[in-house]
Amino acid sequence: MSLLGLFSQLMAILAALLLAPLLSGWVNQWRARLQNKSAPGLLQPYRVLRKLFHKESVLAEQASMLFRLVPYVSFGCMVLACAIVPTLSTDLPLSPAADAMALVGLFALARVFVSLAAMDVGTAFGGLGARRDMLVGFLAEPALLMVLFCASMISKSTSLTTIVETLAHRELAIYPSLLVAGVAFTMVSLAENARVPVDNPETHLELTMIHEALILEYSGRHLALLEWAASLKLFAYSCIGLALFFPWGVAEADAPLALIMALPVLVIKLAIGGVLLALVETLSAKMRIFRVPEFLATAFLLAVIGLLVNILLGVG
Amino acid sequence: MSALLAPSGWVHLDWVLLVVLVWLLIGAAGALALRRLRLVATLLFPLSALCSLVLLVVAFDAASSVPEVAVLPIGLPQLPFHLRLDGLSAFFLLLIGGVSAGVSSFAAGYFRKGEGTPPGLICLEYHVFLASIAMVVMADDAYVFMVVWETMALSSFFLVMANHRIPDIRRAAYLYILIAHIGALGILLCFGVLQANTGDYTFANMRAQHLSPFWASAAFVLALFGFGAKAGILPLHVWLPEAHPAAPSPFSALMSAVMLKIALYGLLRVSFDLLQTRIWWWGVLLMAIGLASALFGVVFSTVQVEMKRLLAYSSIENVGLMCAGFGLALLFSAYGMTGPAALALTAALYHVLSHGFFKSLLFCSTGAVLHATGERSLGKLGGLIRYTPWVAWSTLVGVLACAGLPPLGGFVAEWLLLQSFLFTTGLPSSFLNMLVPVVAALIALVAALSGYTMVKYFGVIFLGQPREEKLAQAHDAGFWERTGMLWLVAGCVVLGLMPNQIIALIRPVTLLLVSGAMPQAGSGAGWLLVPVEAARASYAPAIFLLGVLASCALAYLLVRRLYHGRTRRAPPWDCGFALQTPRMQDSAEGFGQPIRQIFEPMFRMTRELPSPFDAEPGYRVTVEDPMWYTLYLPLAAFVERLSRLVGRLQQGRIAVYLLYSFLTLIVVLLVVKQ
Amino acid sequence: MTAQYVPQLINLCATVILLLSFAMISQRRIVSLINLFTLQGLALVIASVLLGYATHQNELYVSAALTLVLKVVLIPWLLHTVIRRLNVRWDVETLINIPTTMLVGIALVIFSFSLALPVSQLSKSIAGGSLGIALACVLLSFLMMITRSKAVPQVIGFLSIENGLIFAATTVTNGMPMIVEIGVALDVLVGVLILGVFLFQIREQFDSLDIRHLESLKED
Repeated sequence: MSLLGLFSQLMAILAALLLAPLLSGWVNQWRARLQNKSAPGLLQPYRVLRKLFHKESVLAEQASMLFRLVPYVSFGCMVLACAIVPTLSTDLPLSPAADAMALVGLFALARVFVSLAAMDVGTAFGGLGARRDMLVGFLAEPALLMVLFCASMISKSTSLTTIVETLAHRELAIYPSLLVAGVAFTMVSLAENARVPVDNPETHLELTMIHEALILEYSGRHLALLEWAASLKLFAYSCIGLALFFPWGVAEADAPLALIMALPVLVIKLAIGGVLLALVETLSAKMRIFRVPEFLATAFLLAVIGLLVNILLGVG
Repeated sequence: MSALLAPSGWVHLDWVLLVVLVWLLIGAAGALALRRLRLVATLLFPLSALCSLVLLVVAFDAASSVPEVAVLPIGLPQLPFHLRLDGLSAFFLLLIGGVSAGVSSFAAGYFRKGEGTPPGLICLEYHVFLASIAMVVMADDAYVFMVVWETMALSSFFLVMANHRIPDIRRAAYLYILIAHIGALGILLCFGVLQANTGDYTFANMRAQHLSPFWASAAFVLALFGFGAKAGILPLHVWLPEAHPAAPSPFSALMSAVMLKIALYGLLRVSFDLLQTRIWWWGVLLMAIGLASALFGVVFSTVQVEMKRLLAYSSIENVGLMCAGFGLALLFSAYGMTGPAALALTAALYHVLSHGFFKSLLFCSTGAVLHATGERSLGKLGGLIRYTPWVAWSTLVGVLACAGLPPLGGFVAEWLLLQSFLFTTGLPSSFLNMLVPVVAALIALVAALSGYTMVKYFGVIFLGQPREEKLAQAHDAGFWERTGMLWLVAGCVVLGLMPNQIIALIRPVTLLLVSGAMPQAGSGAGWLLVPVEAARASYAPAIFLLGVLASCALAYLLVRRLYHGRTRRAPPWDCGFALQTPRMQDSAEGFGQPIRQIFEPMFRMTRELPSPFDAEPGYRVTVEDPMWYTLYLPLAAFVERLSRLVGRLQQGRIAVYLLYSFLTLIVVLLVVKQ
Repeated sequence: MTAQYVPQLINLCATVILLLSFAMISQRRIVSLINLFTLQGLALVIASVLLGYATHQNELYVSAALTLVLKVVLIPWLLHTVIRRLNVRWDVETLINIPTTMLVGIALVIFSFSLALPVSQLSKSIAGGSLGIALACVLLSFLMMITRSKAVPQVIGFLSIENGLIFAATTVTNGMPMIVEIGVALDVLVGVLILGVFLFQIREQFDSLDIRHLESLKED
C-alpha cells in the first residue's frame, strides 16, 4: 500500500463526495432544458443539502433506533461503493477488500436497510415503498451481477481494478457480449437509480412513487444524508458504466502523473453521460408499476444472453 | 489442545463417545424427573449445552487430525458397531456442537408448563435425538447407520408431536414419519447396492468395491432419493412446511439447522466417499434438483403468512442451494478438475455451516416471539422492536445473514459459490459450458428473492405498529433465551468476519472428498479471502465492515460537529393523512402480492372476493403447494385403490385361506422339482 | 489492421441482429416492430458488405444491395402503408405473456448455440462463429410468429426468419449462388404482396386482424 495508492484512494472518495451532487444538478438542469423549462442552478443540490443539515430532524413518535441509524448506514455503504469503483485510478488500496460481487452486495445492504426503515414507522406508504423497492431490487440485482460477470469472463477476474486494466489495455477490440451487457446495464441503472421510465424522481403523487416513498418520513440531516447517498449511488453507477464500457483515461499504478489528467477526463465523461441520461428520461414515459418486472426481466435475460454470446464467440 | 487430551490417553473419538453418553444420561435423568420443570430447565438443558461446547472444541481439534476408527461391542453378536471419525465427520460434529450449544441454552428458557408432553419426556427425546445425530456422522457400517438413523427419525417424530393434543400437529408428525420411512427405504436399498453381493456391510468394504457404471448410478439415484427425502428437496419436501411449524421452536431450530444437513452428510458420504466412480450427469441432476428446490422454496416463502412456514420454505431454498453446490463439485470432479471442485465443495460446506447458525437463530426468535405474544400469524404481529429489543436486534443479524448480505456468513458462502461458477468455461462439453452461467444467474435470482423474504419477515414482525393491542404487554426474552440467541449471533458474525479460519477447517474435508483444496492463505494475507489468486478475486470482510463503520462514524461525528443533533418527535407525516390505524400497514399477504402476481403459474391459489351484495364483505386468498394436488393426492389415491384390490384376498372364510396354503404348497413342490 | 477488425465487426453485427430479434419478441407496438425489422435488415447489409470486402467476393456486394433494396426500403414501406390503410396501430397482444416468451427464447438460444458450436469449428469462413447466432435468430423469429395473435407481426416474423437464413448462409458458406439468391428474393417479394392482399381480405371479412377469428372458419 504505497503513499501514492493512499493518496489516489482519498482523492477518489473526495471526488465522489463533491462531484455526486454536481452530477445530479447537471442532469436536472439538462432535463429541464430539454423540456423547455427554466433550469435550476447547477449548484442547487449543494444548497439543498446545506439547508437540510441546518434543519431540525422531526421523527415520528413511534420511530425506533433503526430508523435513526439507517441514513448513516446507507451513506456509509455508498461511500464505500464509490471508494471501490475505479473512477480516477486503479491503484486503490481498498479494492482487494471488495470485488464486483461484494459491490452488488453493498448496494443490496443499503437497499435492505432503507426498506426496513420505511416499514419502521408503520404507515401505509412506507410499506408500499418498501414492497416496490424490494421488487425492483430483486430483479435488478441479479441483472447487475450478470453484467459484471460478463465483464469478468472477458478479463478473467472479478476484481474491478483488474477488469478496468484489462479492458483498457486491449487494442480497440469490440466485444459483442459487452454490447449486449451494456444495454442491460443501462436498463438496470435506470431502474436502480429511480429514473424515468421506472420511477419519476420528481413526482408528488404518492401512489406512483417507488424510491421517494421510502424516505417520506425523513427530514433534516437524515434526509440530507439519504439524498446525498442517492446521488452517490447515481455517481457510482455512472462510474461503473464508464469503467466497464469506456475505461480509457483511468490512471494506473505505474503511471502516477496520469492521475492529474484523470480528473478532467472523468468530468467530461460524466458530463456526456449526464446529458444522455437526461435525454433518455425526456424521451421515455414512465411505465406502469406492473410493467416494471417485465422491463427488468428483459434486462436480466439480456445480460444472460451476453454471457452466452461470450461463450459462443470465444473471444468475447 | 492435544496436550489437554494427552494425560488421559484418549483420542477424539473417545471424547465424542463420552459426550454422547453424557447426553443419554441427561435424557434418562429427565425421564426420571418427569414433571419437574425447574430441574429440567435450569439444570439439565444448560448441562447439555456445556456438553455441546465440549463437542465443538473436540471437533475443532479433530478436523485436522488423522481418521480414527473404533469398534464398539454393542449390537448383535456378529455385527458390532463400527465407528470412524474422519474430516467429514469432524466437520459435521462441529456443526452439531456449535448449533446445539445455542439451541439447548435457548430451550432451557423456553419450555413452559402444561404444553402437552411433560418436560422430562421432552428432555429424554431431545437428548436421544442429539446422541443419535452424533452417532450418524460417525457410523462406519450400514448396520449402525440404519439403527441410529431410525432412532433419529423416531425421536424427532416424538418431538414434533410434543403438543399432541392438537390434531393438526398429529397429522403433520404422521406425514413426517411417513416420508422419513420412504426415504429410509431408499437408503437401505442404496446400501444394498453398494455392498455389491459381498455380504460385508462395512463402509471400508464398500469403498473397496468397483461397481459398474449402471450399478453406481443406481446407488447414486437411490441415495439421492433416500437422503433427499430427509433433506427436503423437491418433490419430497411436502413434510417440511408441515412439520417445522408443528414442532416446538427449539426443536424446529435443531431440525432445520442440523437434521437436514445430516441428510446432506449422508449424500456426501455416499457420492463422494463410498462410490469410487463419478459420472457427469449425476452432478447435473443434483444441480437441477437443487436449483428447482431453491427457486420453489424461495418463491413460496415470500407468500407465506405464518412465521414458521416462511422459515420452513426458506430452509428448502437453502438446502436446494447447497445441493446445487454439491452438484457442481460432483460435475467438476467427474472431469478431474480438482481445484474448481474443491472451491464448489468449500462454498457448499460453508453454506451448511452458516445456514445452521442463522436458521436456528431465526427459529429461536420465532419461539421468543410466540412466548412474548402468543401469536404465530404474521397478520397479528408488528412493532415488537420496542417491546422485545433483545429478540429484535438478534433477529436482525439473523435476517441479514439469511439474505446473504455482506459482511456476514451467508454472503461468504454465496460469494464462493458464484466464484466457482466462473470456472465452468473450462468444462470439456460445450453444452454444459453454456448451461452453467444460466444456473449462476438463477442462483443470483434466488439470493435476491431471499432478501425480499427476509425484509418481509423482519419488517412485518418487528417494525411498524402493533396490529393487535395486546402486543403492548409483550415481554422480552429471559436469561437463557438471550444467551442462546447471543451465542448464535456470535456464530453468524464469526463466520462472516473470519472466513480463512473456517476454510482451514473445511480443507481436510475437501482433500478427503475430491483430493483438492483451495490455496492456503499466505502469510500477511490472512485478512484476505482469496479463492484462486489475488489478482483474480479477493474479499476482506473485516476491512469491509471497518470501511462501512468508519464512514458511518465519520459522517455522524462531522454532522454533529458542523451542524447540530436536535430532534423533535411528532406524529408521522404519512402525506398528511390524518386518520391512521395500524391496520393500514402492509399485511403479510400484501407484502408478498407482487411476487404472487409474477410467479402465478407456480401456485395453486384460491381466492374469495367480496361482492357488492355482501353484508360483511371479506377477502381471502389461500396459496397452496401444487405438488400436493399433482403428485401426492393422485399417488395416495392409487395406493388406496391398490390396497383395496389386494384386500380382496382377505375373504374371511377359512376354506379360502386353506386353499391359499394348499396352492402355495403345490407351487413350491413344482419349483423344487425343476 | 483491417484483417483483425473485420471478423470482430462481423461478430458485432451478428450480436446486433440477435439483440434486435430479442427486442422484437418483447416489443408491444407494431410501428416499433417494423422499425426494428428495418434495423435488422440494415445490420445484415453491413455484415454482407464487410464479408464481401474481406473475402473479395463481389457476389456478396450484389446480395447486400438486394437486401438493402428489399428489406430496408421496399418491404418496410409496404408494411407502413398497409398499417396506415388498415389503421392497425394499437398494442399487440400475445398468446403467452412476454416474460414466459423470453424464457423460452433463452432456452432456444442455448439450444442453437450448443448445436452450432461443433459446426462453426469446421467452417472455413472467417465469420463461422456466427452460425449459432443466425440459427438462434431463425428460431426466435419462429417463436414470434407462433405467439402473436395479430397478422402483421406474423408477417414480420416470417420475414425475419428469412433474414436469419440469409445471414446463416452468408456467414458459413460466404453467400449462396446468385441464382438462388435472386430466386429467394423474388419469392419473398411476391409472398409479401400476397400476404398484403390477404390482410385486406381478412379485415373485410372479420373487421379485425385478429387471427383467432380465422378459427371460426372451421367446419364444426
